[in-house]
Amino acid sequence: MLEESNGPGWLSEEVKTGTTIIGIEFDGGVVLGSDSRVSAGASVVNRVMNKLSLLHDKIYCALSGSAADAQTIAEVVNYQLDVHSVELGEDPLVRSAATLVKNISYKYKEELSAHLIVAGWDRKKGGQVYATLNGLLSRQPFAVGGSGSSYIYGFVDAEYRKGMSRRECQEFVVNALTLAMSRDGSSGGVAYLVTIDETGAEEKCVLGNDLPKFFDQ
Amino acid sequence: MCLWCLSESTTAFLPFQTTILAVKFNGGVIIGSDSRASMGGSYVSSKTINKLIQVHDRIFCCIAGSLADAQAVTKMAKFQLSFHSIQMESPPLVKAAASVMKELCYSNKEELQAGFITAGWDRKKGPQVYTVSLGGMLLSQPFTIGGSGSTYIYGYVDAKYKPDMSREECLQFATNALALAIGRDNVSGGVVHLVVITEDGVEHVVIPGDKLPKFHDE
Repeated sequence: MLEESNGPGWLSEEVKTGTTIIGIEFDGGVVLGSDSRVSAGASVVNRVMNKLSLLHDKIYCALSGSAADAQTIAEVVNYQLDVHSVELGEDPLVRSAATLVKNISYKYKEELSAHLIVAGWDRKKGGQVYATLNGLLSRQPFAVGGSGSSYIYGFVDAEYRKGMSRRECQEFVVNALTLAMSRDGSSGGVAYLVTIDETGAEEKCVLGNDLPKFFDQ
Repeated sequence: MCLWCLSESTTAFLPFQTTILAVKFNGGVIIGSDSRASMGGSYVSSKTINKLIQVHDRIFCCIAGSLADAQAVTKMAKFQLSFHSIQMESPPLVKAAASVMKELCYSNKEELQAGFITAGWDRKKGPQVYTVSLGGMLLSQPFTIGGSGSTYIYGYVDAKYKPDMSREECLQFATNALALAIGRDNVSGGVVHLVVITEDGVEHVVIPGDKLPKFHDE
């Protein structure tokens, strides 16, 4: 079989953040988490990318899908939120940020293929998590997204309980990410976490060997 | 744990619309499935089909793939095993049953599109679970999941499985896993069929939909 030498696959493949992303709300804030793998076809082009993007001081979003599309949406919304918060004279609502993301996702749904989970804290409603898949806007107690999320639906359904504490939510996110990363070829690397509450946003990175261990033959 | 062969190839060729699993516990195995048969994902053609097939006294299998191919293979396996057990003058080994399916799948890999989970108990090695993939790979595992619904419970089973569970713990584990998969997969549903196989015999447990465990959003 004659092979065409067009150069390495990753030059011509679209760069996707295969990914697992998860956001969960607790009383007083939210925890957002993601893996760190960016793949172009079968190659991993970045194994330490932080997919948690800042939209405002206390509002972050988690990126999944096409890397370029997701980053662009986040940048545009970051700019729009800056303008909005100056006009308002105070911090924007999480719902506003989510609506801005949703507007772009919906208007350009044919051209873009990215799914962002928006989460943060505001004075009006406290911690909130919004899913914006395909242009819908839905507030949920927790949301998962990305290719790795299919493998952990059962786990998050079983383990989620209302009224978890901040520490329990962080553990929940790390466990879910670890399980997804071990099953999904497009997710892996390290786990990034950001915990947002009234006092601000705390970023954390859990390295591969510090991740929890589950049953493995 | 390598299940990529079974689930990746079944979703690449044809999405087998079900959830099946088999788990080893201390003294036996539990093999289970949902009971929905659907056509094209939008019509449920049967709500109560039993996907667990008995190929010998203490050996069951469940199928992933084309129903027609699966029936043909299991019929042949049943025949070969009964003949084999007469020749050997003892019940067949679970590995023998799995090997029979493997031979059939491997030799006819161009024509067939079916993979199997075989589980049972024999005197030599006790409880065992085997997977035979689409192309004819045979793998022994402590537990295995398959079908379209299995994608959603990989995380759950990885987190919750413990080796050497008791019968009750294992029943709870299998029921929960199937209930979670049914909750997320639209082509899995109906009742949960479980078969518990031990040295003493075979017990069929049916859990109707309304008695399944409920999780946070239900």
